[in-house]
Amino acid sequence: MDLARVDAILEGRGSEPFDVMEVLQDIQEEFRYLPEDAMRQTAEILQVPLIEVFRLANFYKAFSLKPRGRHLITVCTGTACHVQGARKLGDQVLGQLKVGPGETTQDGAFTVETVNCVGACALAPVVIIDGEYYDHMTPKKLRKLISRIRKVDAQEEETRTNA
Amino acid sequence: MPRLGNLDDLAALCDALGSKREQSTRTVTMCAGTACRACGCLPVAEAVEAEIEKQGLCGEVLFRTTGCHGFCEQGPLAIIEPGNIFYAKLKVDDVEELVSQTLKENQVVERLLYTDPVSGEKVRTEDAIPFYASQTRVLLGDNTKLSPENIDEYLSLGGYTALAKTLTSTSPGDVVSTVQASGLRGRGGGGYSTGRKWEQCRQAPGEEHYVICNADEGDPGAYMDRCLLEGNPHAVIEGMAIGAYAIGARQGFVYVRKEYPLAVRHVEGAIEQAHEYGLLGDNILGTDFSFDVKVVHGGGAFVCGESTALMASLEGKVGEPRAKDVHTVEHGYLNQPTCLNNVETWANVPKIITNGAEWFAQKGTQNSKGTKIFALTGQVKNTGLVEVEMGASLREVIFDIGGGPQNGRAIKAVQTGGPSGGCLPESEFDLAVDFDELYEAGSMMGSGGMVVMDDSACMVDVAKYFLTFLQDESCGKCLTCRIGISRMLDIVTDVCEGCGTPEQLDLLEDLAWTVSVGSLCALGKTAANPVLSTLKYFREEYEAHIEQESCPAGVCPALIHYTIDEDTCNNCGLCAQNCPYEAISGDKESGYRINGEICTRCGICVESCNKKAIVKS
Ligand SMILES: Cc1cc2nc3c(=O)[nH]c(=O)nc-3n(C[C@H](O)[C@H](O)[C@H](O)COP(=O)(O)O)c2cc1C
Ligand code: FES
Repeated sequence: MDLARVDAILEGRGSEPFDVMEVLQDIQEEFRYLPEDAMRQTAEILQVPLIEVFRLANFYKAFSLKPRGRHLITVCTGTACHVQGARKLGDQVLGQLKVGPGETTQDGAFTVETVNCVGACALAPVVIIDGEYYDHMTPKKLRKLISRIRKVDAQEEETRTNA
Repeated sequence: MPRLGNLDDLAALCDALGSKREQSTRTVTMCAGTACRACGCLPVAEAVEAEIEKQGLCGEVLFRTTGCHGFCEQGPLAIIEPGNIFYAKLKVDDVEELVSQTLKENQVVERLLYTDPVSGEKVRTEDAIPFYASQTRVLLGDNTKLSPENIDEYLSLGGYTALAKTLTSTSPGDVVSTVQASGLRGRGGGGYSTGRKWEQCRQAPGEEHYVICNADEGDPGAYMDRCLLEGNPHAVIEGMAIGAYAIGARQGFVYVRKEYPLAVRHVEGAIEQAHEYGLLGDNILGTDFSFDVKVVHGGGAFVCGESTALMASLEGKVGEPRAKDVHTVEHGYLNQPTCLNNVETWANVPKIITNGAEWFAQKGTQNSKGTKIFALTGQVKNTGLVEVEMGASLREVIFDIGGGPQNGRAIKAVQTGGPSGGCLPESEFDLAVDFDELYEAGSMMGSGGMVVMDDSACMVDVAKYFLTFLQDESCGKCLTCRIGISRMLDIVTDVCEGCGTPEQLDLLEDLAWTVSVGSLCALGKTAANPVLSTLKYFREEYEAHIEQESCPAGVCPALIHYTIDEDTCNNCGLCAQNCPYEAISGDKESGYRINGEICTRCGICVESCNKKAIVKS
């Protein structure tokens, strides 16, 4: 892990109470999880006990302590999506990728997470894949989307090895 | 942008922008809120802009993209003035015709008009659409008139005039009196009098005072705060500035959910533009009043919407609530007097200052004034954001505006108030929706979520859903909430699995009482509402699960199973292909069978079968 990137994030921070949260949010954004060394560095520079940094990392859903996969699939399980069949979507993704909620596939390709609402309830059920919103989702559409991502990935992999 | 040195500068700028606005004879307004973006409005918007240029209408036609209009389901949508013509579900391919016919020739393109699902007829103008016609869109109406990314559009509608009026001719005490006289109550759930909160905060001694806008909006199924911040961020900022002046604050915070990236971007952009005009920062409009706003991204914890937890989070700590006997208006953020209000509460403030307390108090019921935005979702024909006067009946909202049930089913219940609220049956739909009536009926206004459920929903499953949510989101600080909710969930799970007993229902009611009186914050205090309200109105469903071990709606996985009817099945194998868990095996010769051990009862196979050969029992 590149600690210089953490140092860059920490630069000039520490005067405001919320800074520690912002630093962790930036680290999460940069590395897509909170590496242990980065948390240690944060605790040291901001002079916050490491246990506090760890507590924050554990408490807030925005942070993950394990590396995430290359693709992030977020299934909304909010009330509006729930009554419109979000459970089926969860079954579809988890069954197809053979993971549990919050887990990453063995090959590191997909992480599946749930969210309590993304504020697009009128379009329920909603799934977000790599930041893109998909409305009125069905298990069938979802299965095809996942297969397509797999295919594109495989093609890119092939061109990489050929080159 | 020039810094506005005084009230006259602002008035002159607003006038100039206002008359420019009136001069533009023809406008196309497209919604570009989060939901419409999900429906693909951006490529359509780009195409419209390009087509306007291509057909040489650049100087004549004003094109703007706005925040959410509320009718998300019909996106991408466009409104064309003059004529108030409303086009729904636009595609890039429709754009050429829209520009050449409607903008050039003043011809309405029939096929692009909205079809009312109730009457089946085409509707020509936005005003005539039943979904909009019965609403009173005091706040949401502005969303359709301005681009949230350009402060000039807000100013052209007289934006920041309320702040200017306040700073130059009203004392802080009078501002508080006006808000108090209006009868405004907090839109974040509790319904506390905003004027009273401001007065308490103003009177509290402290080195610094703070104002906070609560945009954490954790209630699943509610998204009015997102739409206001995203679509009209300056109204919220102006409201906060007026509040800050009234209570004596110089610093404000907007605490936004991380799931709302567009809202974050728009409010941050708005703050920057307000700074450039000198409407935020030091000596606003040449007065002694200085005020700044910082946007803070939440960490994704439902409990952080609670006022004391939010302030702890803002201090860089874990978002755990504390006992409320020490009031945040006296000891809030950094132990200083802090006034925290919801997004919609803040957005109402400039309207009250501009139009007067009486104007606001005329709307609504005896003790709930003004309008309220609801997120109408679930199993109704028209879903979206609905703004009505307090006191409108549930029936008006669900049937007149929402258009009633989908697919010819029957509406069974509406869930209001999110995880703190309850489920009300159809027989209660004549209830006037305000803070007190909903509370009396065993539910809550909450932040304004209204999830409609038809007869395909199992109410025990709904109770289980909310308990699961609350168990996950309980911060774990107090015992009754931490243990009580999970024990309630155990019992409801037993019921859902057909192994509940009648005695357990009594225990459930006891537990509900304990959790509601023993918990520290409103998360626990109201956690029993989904259970108690379903027990009150839908007890027979609990009893069916217990006595007959059956789920009348056919939802609870443990009480249903799927089989393939061999006579109807044509051995196509689609079900086996579609089952995500590979629970269906067989081949084209010998037919297919479902392995009940692996099957999770998700029902995906039922949808995949063209022959309807998979039966649920
Ligand atoms: C668990 C919990 C979550 C809450 N979430 C929110 C929220 O997301 N947004 C909000 O405005 N208020 C929320 N509230 C209510 C706030 O505590 C507070 O009462 C409100 O923001 C005050 O503003 P108001 O007076 O303008 O309504 C929540 C309360 C609890 C107990
Ligand atoms: S409940 Fe899924 S987007 Fe709101």
